[in-house]
Parts: sequence; structure tokens; C-alpha cells
Amino acid sequence: MTATTFASGFQIEPLTHHTASASGQPIARLHSVTKRYGHVTALDNLNLSLYPGEIVALLGPNGAGKTTAVRLLLGLIAPSHGSVRVMGNDPRNAETRINIGAMLQVTRVPETLRVREHIDLFRSYYPNPLPASEVVRIARLNGLEDTYYGKLSGGQKQRILFGLALVGNPSLIFLDEPTVGMDIESRRALWEQIRALAAEGKTILLTTHYLEEADALANRIIVIGKGKILAEGRPSEIKHHVAGRRIRCITELDMDFVRGLRSVLTVERDREAIVIKAIEAEHVVYELMRNDPTLRNLEVSAPGLEDAFLALTGSVES
Amino acid sequence: MAAAIVVHPQSLDLRYYLRIIVQETRYEFLKMLRAKVFSLSSIGFPVMFYLIFGLTNHHVEYARYLLASYSCFGMVGASLFGLGAGIAMERAQGWLELKQASPMPRVVYLVAKTVTCAAIALITVACLLILGLTLGGVTMSIFEVVKLIAITLAGAIPFSAMGLLISFVLPPNAGPGMINIIYLPMSFASGLWMPIDLLPHWIQKLAPTLPTYHYAQLALNIFGYAEPGTSMSLHWEALVGFTCLLLGAAWLVFTRSEAKA
Repeated sequence: MTATTFASGFQIEPLTHHTASASGQPIARLHSVTKRYGHVTALDNLNLSLYPGEIVALLGPNGAGKTTAVRLLLGLIAPSHGSVRVMGNDPRNAETRINIGAMLQVTRVPETLRVREHIDLFRSYYPNPLPASEVVRIARLNGLEDTYYGKLSGGQKQRILFGLALVGNPSLIFLDEPTVGMDIESRRALWEQIRALAAEGKTILLTTHYLEEADALANRIIVIGKGKILAEGRPSEIKHHVAGRRIRCITELDMDFVRGLRSVLTVERDREAIVIKAIEAEHVVYELMRNDPTLRNLEVSAPGLEDAFLALTGSVES
Repeated sequence: MAAAIVVHPQSLDLRYYLRIIVQETRYEFLKMLRAKVFSLSSIGFPVMFYLIFGLTNHHVEYARYLLASYSCFGMVGASLFGLGAGIAMERAQGWLELKQASPMPRVVYLVAKTVTCAAIALITVACLLILGLTLGGVTMSIFEVVKLIAITLAGAIPFSAMGLLISFVLPPNAGPGMINIIYLPMSFASGLWMPIDLLPHWIQKLAPTLPTYHYAQLALNIFGYAEPGTSMSLHWEALVGFTCLLLGAAWLVFTRSEAKA
């Protein structure tokens, strides 16, 4: 077995009917979209649909194409091939964006405006904005209204960007790495707010490279690497695979015997030891020890998400 | 809920657009005024130069000449730094992209920045006028005051166009240093610091190829300091021509970068 098989475990998952709301017409859609920057292919014939009321997490390592997908859906860039539709319209049309909110990776917001002023300004962009007090409440900026942006802490700066994404009371919200640079407490508080938005029926696409975050929030996770969808499914399905264990030990057992054990994904030789990737680590370890009393140097570890991505992206290349 | 998904582009009324323009301009102005590096240098330099060179030795001729030319100098500086450095910076920081992701029409962003630069220049002209009329011994009719203000503010359009072009060509982190390399020699060669006939001949020949020269001539004409034998309508036409050229170049660079983006 190779990395390809490990990856294909994801791909055989059914791709639809994950939530009750994930049905009917998509609210936003990338249809066979390819996006090239010079010789670099950021997205490669990608299909992605968002259905009303769901939270979708676009999960992948840096450079996977997550931000490119968001920028296409916002109409900030045009696809090299394929089509982008949001609420039945081209997102490059400014009026489509009235119903969209976006939190992007902004390194600096003008520092000489106060929190209140930033909100007031963005309220003017939308015909039916939320009351400013409501934005302050949702973004937890109470007491900071008169503070200049330049005087806010890192977490507070992220919160105002979150607030600005909601000012227009949008039905579709894009959050690009929303919790980057936040401490655990702020991150969890933001998760609460995102869940509350979804409870109001809003559709949310968030990009993240934290599996934990995708798992905590999403109805559906799309794993993306090198511009292609590598896996798609409910968090439990994705986690099931990523939650597999890496077992390393020195054993007399035949590699083919080990491959035959239940839930083993891959077996590779690493100098004098073997490295096994398996879903049900307990079962595999039990079988190994039962069959080889001389087994030594046993290590069981969780493969990092990066390991999973490496395996997945490796399969794309081969 | 499914019914609410497909949103037909609404016909937004004029009030909505007016409100965006007013708010965007208002906060752009507040933002720039509070950014002391920008406001102090845009207003401060022409005023300081006027105090040093314009109001010395009770030389009313200097006070008159430099009142007109430093007004232009202030407007050009505000536009090149306000739009050139301002847009380049906001683009590099991702802020411009967030604005583009909002329904605010792009043109409002530029209008707000142009009006803001004009407002900053208006403060500069007001300071210069007060100094000139009180300490400099300059006498002007109300009509001449209004004319100076109007001509100065008209410069917001060509030089914002130049700032826009600079913002597209400028490397994002080049900063104001690069703009000074354009701004200061161009001002000098156009007679904004001293009468053009005191400059080397080759610079005098070069001057008509600079938009600042034609701009300065229009302002200097109020006091009768325009170069003899040139027609004002020609200077206006030259400014319009430069505006079209700069906007065209900006558009070309912009669409090419869009195609690559």
C-alpha cells in the first residue's frame, strides 16, 4: 500500500447529503475553476459548492489554494478557466456583494480611525446594515468604540475585522483564517460567534489550517492541497482518517503479515524498524505483540495534520 | 430560506450612493488629517518654506510669487503622497482588497481620496493666504483670492491622476522616498521654488514637458508672473492633456495587473 491508498480512503466518501440543509441550489459555486498565476497553478479544475445554512471549512496547508478560492468567490480575481457564481450572479458585480461579508487577511487597517468610525463607514456601504451597537456586541468590542485601531491588541484587531464582515447583515460570509494570531480564549469565543451566525441561517465558508478549528465548526470539511480537492466529508469522516496512528517498532514479523492486519493503511521500512499507519492502533499493536514477543522500541504517535497533507499531496503528484 | 438565495441586483437609489461618497470622504479626510506624518508634511512644508523664503526682508514680490507657487506645491504634494503612497500602502496591507470585497464602488474610493487631498491643500492655501496677506504685505482682491483657491484646487484632478499612476508603479514598500524623487525635482524645474527664468536654460526648455509647469503658470498669472507670451488656455489644455495621459497610463497598468492577478 502506498500513500495513494491512504489518500483514496478520503475520496471514496460520499460527497453530498451531509447536512439537512446541504441540498437544493448552491448559494455559491466554483465550477471547474482553474486559476493560474504565470506558471503557478493555484487552483486546478476545482469544483466547490456552498449550500444555504452550512458551515464549510476549507482546510489545507499554506499555499494549498484556500485564499485563492475565497478571492474568486468574492470577485476579487477572475478564474483562468471555469465559472464562479454567487447567488446566481457574477461576484465581480458590486451589487452581488451587498449580501456577502468577508474577513480577509489584512495586515494593517488604517490606524487613525476609531473602532466606531470604521463600523460607521462600513455601514454606509450596505443598504440594510446591522445597527452599530449590534456589530459591537457580536464582535465583542464593547468599551473599545472610541479606541483608535492602532491602539488595539492583536486579538481585538481580528475582532474588528470580524465585525466589519458582518456589518451588512450578509447571508453569505467568507472568513479567511479568522483566528490567526488569536489566543485560545479569543479563538473559542469567535467560534461561538460563528456558530451563532450559522444558527441564524447564514452560510459560512472559512479557511483554516487547524483541523481542530474545522472540526469544531464545520458541517462539511473540504481538504485542499496544491489546488485540488483531496477529501471532502463530515468532520467525523475526515477526522477518522487523520486520527489514524503512526506505529513504529522493531519486529521480526513479515511486512506482508502486518499489511494484512485490520485497518492498516501503509507499512514502510525505516532502517531496522517498520512504520505502520493504521486507524485502529490498539488492535494492530495487540496483534503485533501477540505474534512477536521480541517486539521492541514500540512508539505510537498521532500523525500530524501536516503528515496527512503530505500523504495526500504526495498522492496528487504520483 | 431557499427563496432568498438568488438575489437580483437591486436598483440602489441615488441616496445610497451619495451616502457612501459622503461617508467615505469624511472618514478619509479624518484618517489623513490624523495621520500626522502625512498632514504635517503636506501642510507644514509649503507653509514653512513660505515663512523662510517668502516673508523675509519685506520683499513683497517674493511674497506674491511664492504665495501662488507654494499653493501649487502644496496641492501637488498632497496628491502625490495622499494617493500615490496612500493607495500603494493600503494595497500592500490588504486593506484595499477588503474594501474591494465590499459593495463600495471602486470609483468612490478614488473620489474620496482626491477630495481629501484637495481639502488638505485648501488648508495649506488658507495658511499661505493668511501669512501672505498679514506678514507678507500682499494685497489681493477677493476675486484674486477666489481665483487662487479655485486654480489650486483644480490641480487635485491632474495630480491625483499622477498619484494614482505612481501607486500602481511604485513598489509596495518603496515608501515616500521614491515619490520625493519625482516630486521635488519636478517642482523645482517648474518654477515652484523660484522664478523659472533664474533656472538653467536646459531646465527652462524642459519645463513645458512637466504638468507642474503649466499648473504653476496658471496660478502665477493671477499676479502677472506668468511667462510672457504664453496663453492661459494653452496651459489649461496642457493640464487636461496630462490628466488624460496619466489616467490612461494608470488604466493600462491597472488592467494589465488585473489580468495577471
